[in-house]
Amino acid sequence: MPVENAPNPGYGTAADATSTPLLRVDDLHTSFLLAAGEVRAVRGVSFTLERGRTLGIVGESGSGKTVLARSIMRLNLGGNVTTTGNVELDGRELLDLTPREMKHLWGTEMAMVFQDPMTSLNPLVRIGRQLTEHVCTKFGTGRAEARRMAIDLLKEVRIPEAEARFRAFPHELSGGMRQRVCIAIALACKPGLLFADEPTTALDVTVQHQILNLLGREQRERQMAMILVTHDLGVVAGRTDDTIVMYAGKVVEQAPTRALFAEMRHPYSEALLRSIPRIGQRSHTRLSAIIGRPPDPIDIPPGCPFSPRCPYVQQKCREESPPLVAVGEATGGATGDGSHLAACWFPVGSDAGRDAFARNLSDRLPQTVVVAEGTEFAESTAGGAAPDPTAANGSSEEGGA
Amino acid sequence: MAGTGKAHLRRPEDVLLRVEDLVVEYPAPGRKVVHAVSGISLDVKAGETLGLVGESGCGKTTTGKALLQLLSVTSGSVILDGTDLTKLSERKMRRARTDLQMIFQDPISSLNPRRTIGDIVAEPLHVWGPHAEAEQVRMVDEMLEAVGIDPVLARPKRPHEFSGGQCQRISIARSLVLGPRVLICDEPVSALDMSVQAQILNLLADLKADYNLTLVFIAHDLAVIRNVSDRVAVMYLGKLCEVAGADDLYDHPAHPYTSVLLSANPEPDPDAPLDLESDQAVEMPSPIDPPSGCRFRTRCPNAAEKCAAEEPMMRSVGDDHFVACHFPTL
Repeated sequence: MPVENAPNPGYGTAADATSTPLLRVDDLHTSFLLAAGEVRAVRGVSFTLERGRTLGIVGESGSGKTVLARSIMRLNLGGNVTTTGNVELDGRELLDLTPREMKHLWGTEMAMVFQDPMTSLNPLVRIGRQLTEHVCTKFGTGRAEARRMAIDLLKEVRIPEAEARFRAFPHELSGGMRQRVCIAIALACKPGLLFADEPTTALDVTVQHQILNLLGREQRERQMAMILVTHDLGVVAGRTDDTIVMYAGKVVEQAPTRALFAEMRHPYSEALLRSIPRIGQRSHTRLSAIIGRPPDPIDIPPGCPFSPRCPYVQQKCREESPPLVAVGEATGGATGDGSHLAACWFPVGSDAGRDAFARNLSDRLPQTVVVAEGTEFAESTAGGAAPDPTAANGSSEEGGA
Repeated sequence: MAGTGKAHLRRPEDVLLRVEDLVVEYPAPGRKVVHAVSGISLDVKAGETLGLVGESGCGKTTTGKALLQLLSVTSGSVILDGTDLTKLSERKMRRARTDLQMIFQDPISSLNPRRTIGDIVAEPLHVWGPHAEAEQVRMVDEMLEAVGIDPVLARPKRPHEFSGGQCQRISIARSLVLGPRVLICDEPVSALDMSVQAQILNLLADLKADYNLTLVFIAHDLAVIRNVSDRVAVMYLGKLCEVAGADDLYDHPAHPYTSVLLSANPEPDPDAPLDLESDQAVEMPSPIDPPSGCRFRTRCPNAAEKCAAEEPMMRSVGDDHFVACHFPTL
């Protein structure tokens, strides 16, 4: 089991000879057994990731995005965790490996940057040692050499006065600096795959921007694959090649990021994008909120998990779980190559979807009515020109009434 | 501003709440002083929503708490409808707080886990009356209904039985049950799921109209602030940078810091212009030792010698648009 861990000096170039994808996840399930019941956090997720590509995983809290990332890295420890399915990294099945064997892969082949840079660093240990510890054990590097590498890394992640900071404790650094240190640690052993789990959620918007740019630059320069886990559609928008949207432990939509934002096909993705306030919207624009809240992971409804909140819902949705299939052909859109997948019986933009929506609207289904009114408003403002100001006023008054 | 001044204040008789030269300082180890808020002036008209936006550490929450006198103000005044709250006795201030309520960021920790929802929402009534129980129950039910919580089901339950969004609704109900005139919202949606944020923002908009509320809305999320605000004040390191009508400020930012904030905001649109290069660590200086002159100068792309020597004062750069900058971009 040991040792596939020889440092691969130019992993970017060495890797691209093979044709297997870097990461293949197939029908992954993870559940936690709690006193209250079985929490099915990830329920059958499949995707592949090629070398050097970036994948965004978007979902709200409880959607299973973090558990998914941790399941792939085998970080969900404890006797009450069950993970089934297949996870192949470079053609090697990870779920069969022992924790000892996994340890050889952490850092050198895959690494993770966590959300909270304060708790992921040891508060009692100087950051220099936290950086070099890793390099020394993996590569057997000498202390002086490790120190030089660590300072180079701190410089690479743009930490000013790197030599001085080498001896600092985590609490002496700001949140943004700590996250840079965490990134340096993750990069220290040159992984081919980097997970960034909400890396900027705890940070200010300007610092978030710097950190995301730093991650992007490292990803490009090292030709490393990256999985960016976030709740923020704005974070994945300009920064990932592909995006997966998760809801209640399942992938509900998966597409090249540009295609996804151009044409959201799953009602949840569409509703999510529509419900967030946009910086370009006039003040007091009425938001089109999604009714209800995500399901309890112990008691997920049968059929499509989004069905209780979905404006397109039909009887079939409440009974049968929709498979994740290619969409796009139906509308003859630009994404007819099968790369745009959605798990929906009545996808947005399809004839079936339009019919379902119209039926629900005539039945006055609350979640459909809300969206219908929101849509009307969104269209009249997007229309620009003359009707714009009146529409905006009308709607904000309606909102106030 | 990274500066001071009161050019942006409107006539005292037109506004409901007026803050002048507010200073809040804390002692720090080594006989140092944390300059949390350094001479801020603000005003809010009745029925208006003032958005207060800035990064963590800029003093926006401190300002919110100072409005309610929840911390001791070093100097300056907070005038609510002609009464200077900083001069009131503790007893009179308690009475004044019935007019001035606050909701907090973390809805779950701001509700007492051991008490029922009915008790929590009725607590302000236990203090100020009406004391008749039937009347209290009626008012609690009415308030819970107004925030979209079923009163009969919710009254006997405890906070842990509700989600974050529902807890935020309950804490809004508690804050409104005494019929305050001003509601201070400190990051009320930043702990909530995205799909629930919009519900709470819409609810606040509805309640504001129904109950004639005046809101001070504190948040770090620029898109949320534009959505809820009539007027926006941008803060940086204890000072104001820019004050303007919400749409005016976002469409025509005059302060370099406002532009920096706007360009860093992640837009859910792959076609939005995005600077992918700047990854240098540029952070807010310490409020213990803020820069001289304009406090933003250490990060400002347009900084000149004058910015270090002289603090910029608030001045008008357009119709109801004020900026504290020597070299505004407007």
